[in-house]
Amino acid sequence: MAFKVLVCAKQVPNTNEIKINPETGTLIRDGVESILNHDDANALEEALALKDKYDDVEVIVVSMGPPQAKDMLLECLAKGADEAILLSDRAVGGSDTWATSNAVTAAIKHYGEFDMIFAGRQAIDGDTAQVGPQIAEKLDLPQVTYVQKFEISEDRKTVTVQRQLEDGYEVIEVPVPCMLTAIKELNTPRYMSIGGIFDAKNKPLHVWSAADVAVDLNTVGLKASPTNVFRSFTPKPKEPGVKIEGDSETDLAKNLLIKLKGKHVI
Amino acid sequence: MAIKILKDKCIGCGICFKSCPADAFEFEAYDGNKLGKVAKINAKCTFCNQCLTACKFGAIEEEKIEVADDLDDYKHVWVYAEQRDGKLMNVALELIGEGYRLAKEISEDTQVCAVLVGDGIDHLAEECFAYGAEKVYMIQDPLLKNFTTDGYAKVLVDACYEYKPEIVIYGATHIGRDLAPRVAARMNTGLTADCTRLDVRVSSYIEYADKNTTLDTSTLDPNDPSTGIKQTRPAFGGNLMATIICPRTRPQMSTVRPGVMQKREKVEGATGEIVNVKPAITEADIRTKIVEIVKSAKELVSLTDADIICSGGRGLGDPSGFELIKEFADKVGGVVGSSRAAVDAGWIDHSHQVGQTGTTVKPKIYFACGISGAIQHLAGMQTSDIIVAINKDPDAPIFEVADYGIVGDLYKVIPEIIAEWDNAEALYDASTK
Repeated sequence: MAFKVLVCAKQVPNTNEIKINPETGTLIRDGVESILNHDDANALEEALALKDKYDDVEVIVVSMGPPQAKDMLLECLAKGADEAILLSDRAVGGSDTWATSNAVTAAIKHYGEFDMIFAGRQAIDGDTAQVGPQIAEKLDLPQVTYVQKFEISEDRKTVTVQRQLEDGYEVIEVPVPCMLTAIKELNTPRYMSIGGIFDAKNKPLHVWSAADVAVDLNTVGLKASPTNVFRSFTPKPKEPGVKIEGDSETDLAKNLLIKLKGKHVI
Repeated sequence: MAIKILKDKCIGCGICFKSCPADAFEFEAYDGNKLGKVAKINAKCTFCNQCLTACKFGAIEEEKIEVADDLDDYKHVWVYAEQRDGKLMNVALELIGEGYRLAKEISEDTQVCAVLVGDGIDHLAEECFAYGAEKVYMIQDPLLKNFTTDGYAKVLVDACYEYKPEIVIYGATHIGRDLAPRVAARMNTGLTADCTRLDVRVSSYIEYADKNTTLDTSTLDPNDPSTGIKQTRPAFGGNLMATIICPRTRPQMSTVRPGVMQKREKVEGATGEIVNVKPAITEADIRTKIVEIVKSAKELVSLTDADIICSGGRGLGDPSGFELIKEFADKVGGVVGSSRAAVDAGWIDHSHQVGQTGTTVKPKIYFACGISGAIQHLAGMQTSDIIVAINKDPDAPIFEVADYGIVGDLYKVIPEIIAEWDNAEALYDASTK
């Protein structure tokens, strides 16, 4: 029996590249590339490292998103994953984290038995960090979030992880199967190899619909989501700042301090 | 909430297209108007509602949400008062302050209640009362001594079912962000992460939005009596703000970033009702085992409490630049912050990082030294009272948010600021003569 490691991954816009159109106040997404979410790359890397260590490990990447997310899954396959699953359906569009976790859980259940799940702590577009724990809840798995170090016991029945805290870390022992969410401190993700890119095209990449995974349609999508967007807007641009002038560094420093003193902040 | 286009009102002008950040508008043929076309919303729609005020002809409408009718059973505002090692987290006190404000906006008799989970933590109730809590739910058991997802989620879910709070807010700490999604998922209710603003009254929301945002509030009714929570949070790395509601399920839940809400004035000796909740918890409920808890030896950086922050970025050139930043911070009575670039380069510990994935800060003065100003960094510091940017590159984005900008070599400018710091008053007096 293979030791199956699932990795939950999301394709996200590279938010570093997003700019605001100063005239309309809207986001400019044209030409913004889609990437494998950062923390998910760490989740995948840890699964692949396990595969490097044990011959019988299979790595299966699971995602939900539009059909274009196949590109990101191909990248995961090129890095060394064995199989990829994309749940893609209009019926799951507009899902909040609760509904997303229902949909992904259905896909995982449809896939079948597994031994472990890695997910990224959070995605850079929404930053919620909720979907990983919520999938764990729906699958009734123990979870550890903010994992910065991972070890598996010899019999592969327990894992010992370091969970990052603001002021240190905890060492936690958890039985498999479990859900672990990865942060960037966990590892350094590998790059795709040329051979890997070539092989990826021959690896299974399933695209499943909501009907394929038999998810209850009352638990997914916009209408089923307990949270909805009420309004959204761009932050208010600040008043233009003042450039401090001066002929020397001393003058610059003095003129700055005069301004700060004038504002009564020092 | 879904958006609909009223075909009989749409004139096919396409002005709404510009309002859409997701490029989700297109035309479809329609023979009921002069241009022979109307706007249509395609699958790219992210339901952000930004188009609502774009149409001058009233052709864009939001579909009304059905509100469940058994929501009135849920009352009061709960604050998950996170403690570690018998000490309350600062964010717990901030949230009690915020919870108090929300409770009183809902109604006079709505209370803010602190929920304490742990073991041997009776002494913390007093502190919660002093900062404004009107009631404390005390959930104690030796099995709850340290945080575990399984243990804490179980007792909190049980308490929520029993006492039915209307709102539950948690600090968006590494613990709050682990616990809250689990509780919300088990109760099949909504949770909104990392909020930076909460409102219950539409009128307060309008006031906030008019003052601080670009939102056109003309479609909102200030006399709307509803008190569902409106949770505002950054998305897309701070490029977009979204206000999220949770109209059909209770409790409504949010995690709130530490450092953004206001504590109330401490009232020594304040008291309130303590409800001792007997948790139904056994060892078998907790599947994880804490082997040890390691406090990092590194100095604790309290960025959230700092009045002045001196932050360094990649422009420092090398790790030794933080020696100058430290000297600067020591001189001005501030703490050292950093950009993600400097942390990623290994120049300084993550605990100093300001920004989307680091700490959100709101000091009186934020000195950004050699920081270019990536949007993720700006998201964590742009509400600082005064931002001073020192950078060689006059085109660095940091200057767009800076109140005062110095284009120059930080290694030459900062020593001069340090040297002149104590003379500020005299310099100011001389300048006003």
